[in-house]
Amino acid sequence: MVTLMHFQIVSAALFSVGLYGVLARRSAVLILMSIELMLNAVNLNLIAIASFTDPERFAGFIIAIFVITVGAAEVGLALAIVLRMFRNRATVNIDEIELMKW
Amino acid sequence: MSWFLFILLSVMAIGGGLGVVATRNVVHACLFLLFSLLAVAGLYVVLLTEFLALVQIFIYGGAIIIVLLFAIMLTRSKEYPSISDNSQWPLALVSGLALFSLLTATFVVNSSSFEEMHRVALTDLGTTLFTDWALPFEIASLVLLLALIGSIVIAKVERRR
Repeated sequence: MVTLMHFQIVSAALFSVGLYGVLARRSAVLILMSIELMLNAVNLNLIAIASFTDPERFAGFIIAIFVITVGAAEVGLALAIVLRMFRNRATVNIDEIELMKW
Repeated sequence: MSWFLFILLSVMAIGGGLGVVATRNVVHACLFLLFSLLAVAGLYVVLLTEFLALVQIFIYGGAIIIVLLFAIMLTRSKEYPSISDNSQWPLALVSGLALFSLLTATFVVNSSSFEEMHRVALTDLGTTLFTDWALPFEIASLVLLLALIGSIVIAKVERRR
């Protein structure tokens, strides 16, 4: 029988893979992809909890819809920034974007 | 049956995620991400939420992957076919594994007794979204509008006079 715990473990695995990607990758586009993985792990967790607990409350589903919305907005904005960065610096390697590094 | 589907889709989702963070080719990473997102949509179907599975396929599989591919093609850098990780990757591996073990230990120790999944009627979901959650819904539309305008302003080419 599939229980809530199994979905939570899958979601933890996806989130950790995303965390590794965010910390270890050098290209801004690849970091964005890892952030998408982490958002998906959160969504999976929310929906699993909402689906396994009280059927009269849908907060988990609705928050998941909002997470998808904000994720779409975030990708649009971040890719505009990446395009701008590429036009100004001819690179998307975040190790070379050190203008705001203190 | 649901156990078999769960194992299959979980392996696909986590395998796709590992592909995203392990491959050297950026376009391959994008396709692995698509694979992983579609497997997560399948997991939503196992969780009896077909509506969110559809939303996932439309927005992630349709829109976000296409936008990511556009960004890859427009920022065609010479190092894209064989991009390297930065030098702190062992630290990243350790922190990823540590987070995974911590979360798994928490979930196993506090394992809940819920074993039954409930199907939520789509009409109830829509009614709740447009009554109790009406204000956050409007704010979400504002967020999307601002993101649209902001990305146009940021990416616009200004002409020198």
